[in-house]
Amino acid sequence: MTQTPIRPDFAIIADWIRPQSRVLDLGCGDGTLLGHLANTKQVSGYGIEIDDHHIPECIRAGINVIQMNLDEGLSEFDDDSFDYIVLSLTLQAVRYPDRLLSEMLRVGTTGIVTFPNFGHWRARFDLLRGHMPVTRSLPHKWYDTPNLHLCTLQDFEGLCETLDIHIEARRAVDHVHQSSLGLRLLPNLLGEIALYRFGRT
Amino acid sequence: MPERIPSDSVGIVAPQRHHFTEPLALVSGGTLPEYELVYETYGRLNASRTNAILVCHALSGNHHVAGYHSPEDRKPGWWENLIGPGKTIDSDRFFVVCCNNLGGCHGSTGPASSNPQTDRPFGPDFPIVSVPDWVASQARLADILEIDRWAAVIGGSLGGMQVLQWAIDYPQRLAHAVIIAAAPKLTAQNIAFNEVARQAIITDPEFHDGRYYDHATEPRRGLRLARMLGHITYLSDDIMREKFGRDLREGKVNFDYGVEFEVESYLRYQADTFVGGFDANTYLLMTKALDYFDPAALTGGDLAAAFKPVTADSLVISFTSDWRFAPARSREIVKALHDNDLNVSYAEIKAHHGHDAFLMKIPQYLDVFGAYMERIVDGVTT
Repeated sequence: MTQTPIRPDFAIIADWIRPQSRVLDLGCGDGTLLGHLANTKQVSGYGIEIDDHHIPECIRAGINVIQMNLDEGLSEFDDDSFDYIVLSLTLQAVRYPDRLLSEMLRVGTTGIVTFPNFGHWRARFDLLRGHMPVTRSLPHKWYDTPNLHLCTLQDFEGLCETLDIHIEARRAVDHVHQSSLGLRLLPNLLGEIALYRFGRT
Repeated sequence: MPERIPSDSVGIVAPQRHHFTEPLALVSGGTLPEYELVYETYGRLNASRTNAILVCHALSGNHHVAGYHSPEDRKPGWWENLIGPGKTIDSDRFFVVCCNNLGGCHGSTGPASSNPQTDRPFGPDFPIVSVPDWVASQARLADILEIDRWAAVIGGSLGGMQVLQWAIDYPQRLAHAVIIAAAPKLTAQNIAFNEVARQAIITDPEFHDGRYYDHATEPRRGLRLARMLGHITYLSDDIMREKFGRDLREGKVNFDYGVEFEVESYLRYQADTFVGGFDANTYLLMTKALDYFDPAALTGGDLAAAFKPVTADSLVISFTSDWRFAPARSREIVKALHDNDLNVSYAEIKAHHGHDAFLMKIPQYLDVFGAYMERIVDGVTT
């Protein structure tokens, strides 16, 4: 059986996760990441998803999926119930990103967040031309976007400082989720997707 | 009966029965020295006896879950929408079992049955049975059928409560639990509705302290009211508006107390078809079993602690417009399951049908349920 290669951002997340740990994936989609982590790292845990059509997909993939709205918070999860809380390309679409970040570190030891970087040069270029950015990682028009709180790497790091969140690792990748020397040197300009691993200070 | 029995129906089915002679000690303190359970099965038990599914019925349900008893039957079993060849609970792949619960009135020993000690109907002398008693009796039925471990135990509403009890009391005897439109215990509002239903029956002059059999009568008025009240709680405001609105049967009001609005006609019809086919003492008993269900009562109100013994993987399903057992109640179950690090999935189905949605063919419901059934099939050895 041939295995489709895993998305590079998922590969980076997988690299950050210890085997046999417990993972809560917020906005787990069709369960691809959790399935990958279960297969390669023997993790256990749950995916949270709101979208109807992803629920049977997750169930078919053997993923534990709980249908709920992240904007309601994580109050049904007890303190320190997971090793990792993952929020992949969802932070920008929740109503209270700051509260959710704090909640992530209440429920889990380590947080992992990825988001589209609004500071990417293409986004800046679109703004300079007087338009809301429409890029490969931000494909929606201003009027039909699910995104509520777009930010740059610098913005995210500023919020982490305010919330006393300790950033343990940072990566930036392009739209095909590849890394490069340029991305390491100028992540806020060249990075299309930002990846952070963080914990409590 | 439809013109022709559809190809996705289990077809003509016949109930079976078993007489149990080993006494059953009940939670209420009473004992049933002997009893009978009536049940139906669909599909074929495989050689390794690993493809068996137990369906637990709700308040007014019974063992007749799918198919027809005779070509003259007007209606199939109560979960025909979901059970049959190629359906969500696929009788080509699973051996499906459902029994009429103890205390019932469709063939299993209940208040209308003859008390062997008096040769008269039990009536009020029939002991109060509760959810753990039903599960214990169902486990004995599994013994008789030589089913060590169910591939899944499945139920909606009060049936879902039995599934939870199975997972707690016999963890080694089920691989999967499917809990639909249920709650970990009743709210005061739920109990209040049940109490009004019981009062309707008990205060009916024909009730005769539950010994109406001896008077060759039955508390029909009370049972009718109980059923009408029940039906109001099974439907949502939205579905009532959609089904009946304020439509008038004769297109105008008559300024009297006859049937004027369609919704009145519906409730009267439901009540009429219920009485005559359902025993009032059974209704009292079933509502009590609902009121008493509270597995966390034994663990100081801690549902997660009550679920400590559970090992089964679970699917929990709720419906957005169900106000009888609202989604939040299912979420309590889900939380207690994941607090125990158990495999659990949860879907909240958008449906405007109210509590009755669990009986309906709702595409997202069938899709989620079907996906989970595929997972159950994967665990079945041949």
